[in-house]
Amino acid sequence: MSIRHALLALLSEGPKYGLQLREEFEARTGEVWPLNVGQVYTTLQRLERDGLVESDDDAEPGPQKGFRITAGGAEELAGWLRTPPDLASPPRDELVIKILVAVRLPGVDVHEVIQSHRRYLVELMQQWTRLKEEEGDLDLGLALVVDAELYRLDSVVRWLDTADGRLKRAALEPAVSARAAVPRIRRRAGVRR
Amino acid sequence: MSTVLELRGVWKTYVDGAGEVDALQEVDLSVEPGKMVAVMGPSGSGKSTLLTIAGALETPTAGEVLVAGQPLSSMSRDDRARLRRRVIGYVFQDFNLLPGLTAAENVALPLELDGLSAGKARTAGLRVLEELGLADRASRFPDQLSGGERQRVAIARAVVGDRRLLLADEPTGALDSVSGEAVMRLILTACKGGVGAVVGTHDAQLASWADRVVFIRDGRIVDCTAPRPGPDSLLAEEATR
Repeated sequence: MSIRHALLALLSEGPKYGLQLREEFEARTGEVWPLNVGQVYTTLQRLERDGLVESDDDAEPGPQKGFRITAGGAEELAGWLRTPPDLASPPRDELVIKILVAVRLPGVDVHEVIQSHRRYLVELMQQWTRLKEEEGDLDLGLALVVDAELYRLDSVVRWLDTADGRLKRAALEPAVSARAAVPRIRRRAGVRR
Repeated sequence: MSTVLELRGVWKTYVDGAGEVDALQEVDLSVEPGKMVAVMGPSGSGKSTLLTIAGALETPTAGEVLVAGQPLSSMSRDDRARLRRRVIGYVFQDFNLLPGLTAAENVALPLELDGLSAGKARTAGLRVLEELGLADRASRFPDQLSGGERQRVAIARAVVGDRRLLLADEPTGALDSVSGEAVMRLILTACKGGVGAVVGTHDAQLASWADRVVFIRDGRIVDCTAPRPGPDSLLAEEATR
């Protein structure tokens, strides 16, 4: 999460004080991402240095110092909103690696390993769902975060289910021995190591 | 604690041309009043067989099933039929509403079949529709309802009267995510009213509405979630100021 761009977004609504920025950031992210006051001020200083925000020159540094977004800041924000995050290269997912290892390891029941991860994920999903269920009129920001988490965790469970089925079918088929060349997935340099 | 459903060492073996297939093996499960239990597993894992045996629609090859504390094996056919009409409610993927009856008439039907007068049955039907927030749909016919509304009416029909056990097999199967969520909320509402529910599903998002999720694989219950901690653990501590 880019605190930098989140602060620019809040300032694009109008001038705000440092303390106010922190409170609004937390409120809009459903309080799932806490910020400490130091992070807010360090980021504001950098934004000011880069000419993306301006402050009240005469005010003392502190919670009551006001900030405004500049034209450069608005441009930076608009560009960021439309820049896709890097989803092109597969992340080095720890869970995927664990299952790949479990498949090869003698004496390990990969289905049992899969189930222990599945259970943990479903337990997490139960907690997120409970949040939806207990707060009928969930704050819009928090509701969006809860949906995103549920879909993210759900996609991992689906992958585990698919892996489970694929491994079960593979165990019934004769082993493919010593394949000459397994295609390799291309990874872009410098991303998601 | 009392249970609305208990399966003790349940086996179900089907015989087909090739030999015997164990659809359920040594299944133990108990459901308390007011609780929702999800049985999660892929298709063919035994979810539907478990639900039909729990609902007294089939008999186990071995083991015992108790509904509201009564062992099904010691009941006569008539008693089991009465139990199915009065105590157990079923929800299926394809709604099974009768097209020629309104929502209220569909909901009242099980009570009428059980011998209650049409007037009393209708009053009880309307009451449950109201409790579940469906009063404004009461006089519509199934083809005038959306898929989600039809399934909610089917749930109302499954809990009308003094039902104690609600059994739902992939109840949100053909629905979009919003309607699916409304269905799960409704089952939860029924549970808060004291009904015990068992929901069979392959879908983790739906299973996550349950108090407890049991995982079924090849006819065996292989795992179960721990009691749910509250959602507070997900929310941030007060940030250091």
